[in-house]
Formats: sequence, structure tokens, C-alpha cells
Amino acid sequence: MRSADPSTVQERVRHALSDEFLRNAVKFTTERLRAGKQAASEEHPNWEEWRERARQIRLHTIAHLDYYLQEFVENARANGVHVHFADTAEEAAALTLEIARLRGARSVVKSKSMVSEELHINQALEGAGVEAVETDLGEYIIQLAKEPPSHIIIPAIHKNRYQIAELLSKEAGEELPPDTTALAGFVRRKLREKFLEADIGMTGCNFAIAESGSIVLFENEGNARMVTTVPKTQITLMGMERIVPTWADLEVMATLLPRSATGQKLTVYMSGISGPRRAEDRDGPEQMHLIIVDNGRSLQLGDPHFQELLNCIRCGACLNACPVYRHIGGHAYGSTYSGPIGAVLKPALNKNVAEWDDIANASSLCGACYEACPVKIPLHDMLVYLRQRKVEQGERSREESTGMKGFRYVMSSHKRYGRALRWARVMQKLLLQDGVIKVRIGPLKGWNSYRHTTPLPKKSFREGWQALEQDIQREHGGMDERVRERLRRYLEGQEKGSKGDE
Amino acid sequence: MKISLFVTCLCDSLYPRAAEAMVRLLARYGIALHFPDVQTCCGQPAFNSGYWQEAKASAHTILEAFEESDYVLSPSGSCTGMIHHYYPELFADDPVMLEKAFRLQKKTFEFSQFMIRVLGIQDIGATFPHKVTYHPSCHGSRLLGVKEEPLLLLEQVKGLELVPLPFAEDCCGFGGTFAVKMSDISGAMVSEKVDHILETEAQVLVGTDMGCLMNIAGHLHVRKEPIRVMHLAELLYEGVSGHAISRS
Ligand code: SF4
Repeated sequence: MRSADPSTVQERVRHALSDEFLRNAVKFTTERLRAGKQAASEEHPNWEEWRERARQIRLHTIAHLDYYLQEFVENARANGVHVHFADTAEEAAALTLEIARLRGARSVVKSKSMVSEELHINQALEGAGVEAVETDLGEYIIQLAKEPPSHIIIPAIHKNRYQIAELLSKEAGEELPPDTTALAGFVRRKLREKFLEADIGMTGCNFAIAESGSIVLFENEGNARMVTTVPKTQITLMGMERIVPTWADLEVMATLLPRSATGQKLTVYMSGISGPRRAEDRDGPEQMHLIIVDNGRSLQLGDPHFQELLNCIRCGACLNACPVYRHIGGHAYGSTYSGPIGAVLKPALNKNVAEWDDIANASSLCGACYEACPVKIPLHDMLVYLRQRKVEQGERSREESTGMKGFRYVMSSHKRYGRALRWARVMQKLLLQDGVIKVRIGPLKGWNSYRHTTPLPKKSFREGWQALEQDIQREHGGMDERVRERLRRYLEGQEKGSKGDE
Repeated sequence: MKISLFVTCLCDSLYPRAAEAMVRLLARYGIALHFPDVQTCCGQPAFNSGYWQEAKASAHTILEAFEESDYVLSPSGSCTGMIHHYYPELFADDPVMLEKAFRLQKKTFEFSQFMIRVLGIQDIGATFPHKVTYHPSCHGSRLLGVKEEPLLLLEQVKGLELVPLPFAEDCCGFGGTFAVKMSDISGAMVSEKVDHILETEAQVLVGTDMGCLMNIAGHLHVRKEPIRVMHLAELLYEGVSGHAISRS
């Protein structure tokens, strides 16, 4: 992945939190997408069953990835596609440049390629004097703004229409109204010329169908159609995990992906591309290249905690559901992929644990991502595993590891724990102000910046237990017969249930 | 039959009133809870931060405390979720402890889950004539799958006006050590949660996890908002007895 953003997670977060425009724009759009998804999944008669089906398809495919990749590549080659493999981002960029050189290309139009953002292909092309133009509206906007994407499917989600109008007006050399239709119209006219001039069309790939060697693109704007039909050469970049075995499997994905992403029942355009133009075709490229990219993905293969990451279909539902993303947007994550999936992918794609930043800590582990994910990736668990891996490999902060040693010392014995409580009760007297604790020191610094802490009461539960127990024995008789019966039956039922499981 | 209280370190130290309410409510059905005092903390703060050895040391006290129990009840969906969802993972490499973890998992319930699923009691006979809103805690509802139970109990309370909380399922920003380490994000989250609570114009906020409630109450206090924050058991107990748990 790209060399890390020099700023720390904390700095990026603070920056994002102080940007009201960004926060409002992100809230506005994620709320809309989330509501759309909610409605679409409630309308679907068997949403949970389909989620499980999709998960099984992904689990199966990834478990046999070598087999399906081979089947896919053989079929694609038979269709006349030039297939290349890139282990790293640098290799993928070098392959792209080599194709551009051989084809004598001066310009590239692009659509639907988050993976090219991951690989920094635009920078590589521009470095070699080849113009690269994004044709999807959101991508075009962030290209003009010279910013990375801040959402997997809505790359300019952090900008409101006034900011967009300003950017596009500069490009147009005239003042454009902050009206979505007018702005989109300007971009369409502008890009039409680019399509006609372009030597290469570049896309990503939503799914690759092993049984036929085809790639499939889902889109709403229709640019990918142009990108894959007008220029003479097509380059498609695909992550090595994008495979599904059959067209029937694709149907499950086509049901879940748009619904999870935006709440649409179907994506506006779904294109299946099986190779370069054949004699009987009306359009299509003369040459088609496919670059299959690893770039850290194979690190997850065989990893009991992270292999499921490869199941991701990049729908963005976890971002829209995430209460952290809602407040900080995408750039704070410091990588191409943001939100919960980004917070896990960013470290997981980099095997050097010492280079990991704190992004896995930027989660309250609420599990909203898992609940939203159409292929049920347990991102909230993975965030814990990432933290554990860091600790295990000795990458701990001195402060925290001292705190945790203290935790262990106190919590491994109820006697020490009881003493610690009594000690804390004495010490807190020094900190009390108007009946609460407000000081912002040590671990209370961050906490008390937004809260007042209630003091420990005079007696802990355990200290009051004896009196409470006596009270209860005095006031109440034996167990209600109906209650006893239910308790007994429930236990029996559980035992039977667990025997049945075995 | 031994029915034990897993009090959780937070209720033990800071909110004994919530645990006491639970004990007194169950006593009304003749259930005398047993309290093994060797228990400390489920280990979540260390576990979630990645310090699994430290988490284990603490979790051992829980496994030991409840070995002999038939049922284990807790006032926290989050700590119950820890046992259900993560103990098998935490003890995966220790067959003896793993066996104990599985046994504990089967018999451990969060309060509202126990009332509804095990006892089948919805109507506690409580009256609580106030405007109330409910925050569903993430771990209880998502890790443990306890979504309907607290609402079923609240619905039966006479006089209680339950106002739906906008964006109820959004996390309040607690997340244990998250609120300390990523305090600015957590602060933004709790502040938005409080905005939504105020929108409901409720007099009382009720929940099933004192961690989240402590977080929200702490922020309400900074904003000088006089909303009462209660554990579900406290509310129900007050509703049947006519008075709050008096502890200082
Ligand atoms: S992790 Fe799941 S929800 Fe998030 S982008 Fe991937 S498939 Fe979608």
C-alpha cells in the first residue's frame, strides 16, 4: 500500500472533527444510504438467508482460490484476454506503463476502479507523461481536488454541492450553479471529448466469473460502458479475490451488492465483458489486458482470523453503518479504503506490524459493521485480533502496558480488587469537585474532556452484600413453584439441545 | 438450584444500586441469588485492547466463581456478551479452561434475557408514570442478540410512556478504553447521542448496560441536563416497590 500518511490517526481525526462541512456532508449521505439499505433489506423476503448464502459462496471461493483463479485465467486467455499478474502496487504500475508504451498511448480514461487508487496508477501514468482522466463523477471531483477517495463507492462523499460547484467552476473557467444536474451536465460534456481521444480505457472489476473468464462491472453512471467500448485498448485491474465460480453465484451477489450499497434493487448498468472485440461485435477494444493484483491480499490466505477479509465485495455498507465513520469521514483512516473495512484492511495488507498505526483503535467495537455486511465479515472481531497481534508482537505503548499489568495484578485476585476499591475511595476525595470528578489528568484526561465522572459510592456491592442477603432472606420465602419448574425445564431443554448439537 | 449473580466490576464498584435492584426483583419470585465473592472482572478492558494474557488472569476469577452454579445472571449485556462471544476464543489453547468456558456460556444470562426467555415473565406488575426513552447497548443487542427483551418488559409497565430514541442503534461512544484512547471521536458520539435523547423530551433514560449509561450520564452532567439515567432493573424495581434503591 501507499507509504503511510505522515500525520497520526489522532491528528487526522482532530482535523476531520473540526470540519463541520465534512461532518454534515458525510452524515447527510450515509444516512440516506443507510436508510435505503434498511428499506431494501426489509423488503427482501429472505434477507438473512441470502446473506448467509452469499457468505458461503465467498467462503467457498476463497478457500479454493487457486483452483478458481486458474479456471478463470484459462477461460479468459481462451477468450483472447492478455492476463498478467502483479504481486505489488509497483509491479501493477509497471505493467500498466509497459502496455501504454507498447500501444503508444497518450491518454487513459478510467471508470470504476478503486483498486487503481490503492495502486496509485494515476500518479504512475502521469509520471510517465500519460494523461489519466477519471470519468465517474465522484472520482473526477476528487481527481480535480487532488484528494484520495473518502468512501469506497462515493469517493467525494465529504464534499457538499457548493464545494463541488466551486471546484468545477474553476475547471470550466466560468461560474457554475451549485445544482447537481447542471454540474453533472458540465462534466458529461467535458468528458465526452476525453472519451473520444483516449487510447486506453481502464476499469476495475466487481466480480470475475471463473466458469466463463468474464469480468463484471456494476455501475450507475454508464461510464464503464464507454470506457470499455470506445478506446482501442482496455486494461482491467482486479484484486485477486474478486472471483465467483459461476454466473448463478453472481446472481446472489447482484441481489445483495446494490441493495447493501445504496438500497437499489438493481444496479443501473451491469456489464459482463468476456474479451476483446470479435469479428461479429459492433464495438469493443482491439486488445484487452487484465492485471490480477495481490498487493498484500495473499497474506490473508490461510490466516484463521483474517481470511474472511477476502470475502469483501466492497459495497460500503459497513462505512454507512459506522458511527465512527459518520463523524470522521474517510480521510482520517489514512488509506484508500476507509471505515471499518479500511481500518482492518490497512494493517492486514501490511505484514510489518511495526508500521501499523493506531487505526484499529478507532472503533468502539459496536458491531454495526458486521450487522450491515452482506457477507457477514466479523469486522468488530477482527479489530480486536489486530490489537492483539500488535500487543503479542511487542508493539505496545509503555503507558498502556503498565496500565494492563496493573489491571492484571488487581483483577486476578478478589482480595486485591477489594483493597484497590477501598484505596480508590480514599484517593478520590482529593479529586472531588461539586460531587463529581472533573480533573483531566492521566487516563481521566480524554474521558473527562467530555464527561463528569461520578465518584465511587460509600459501599461497593460486595461490601453491602451480607446485609442485603439477610434482608432478602428475612423478607421472602422459598422459591415460587412455577419459577422452579421453568428453571428446571429450561436447563433440561438446553441439555437436550446441546446433545442434539453434538 | 444455585442461581448466582455475576455483578460485573462496574456495577460492583460504581453502580451497586443496579445490581441490588436486580437482586430484590428476583427475590420477589423467591429466587435468592447467590454471590460468590471471588469474581472480579470479565476481562473485557484488557481483551478489547489486545492484552489477552491479562484478560485471562481476570477471566479465571469468573470461571472459578461460577463453576458450581446452575444459572449465572448479570446486569450487563456487554459482560455477558464477553462470556458468550469471546471466552471460547480467549481460552482456545487451554482445553481445561475451554471446557469450563463452554459450561459457563450455556448458563449465563443477561437480566432481561433471563426474565423473558427463561422465566417467561413480561409483566412485573410495575407502575412508573414517566416519559422514558431506551438506549439499546451494542454488545447486548448485537453480540448477545438481546433486542426485544428489554422492550417487552418496559411495554408492560403501567403509566410508562416509551418514546422511541432517534438513531437508537447507534453506539453511544463508550467502547471501554476507546473512550479514553480515542476520546475526541468518542466525545462526538456521546454528544450526538445526548442530542437525540434530548429530542425525545424524555425524563428518564433507561438501558441494560451501566458502561454506556455511565458514559451518557457523564455527558448529560457536563451539559447540565436533568435527565434521570437508570438501569432497567432499577426502573422496574422502583415501579414495583414505589421507591428507589437507597444507597449512598
Ligand atoms: S466489509 Fe462487508 S459491508 Fe464492508 S464493504 Fe466489504 S462487503 Fe461491504
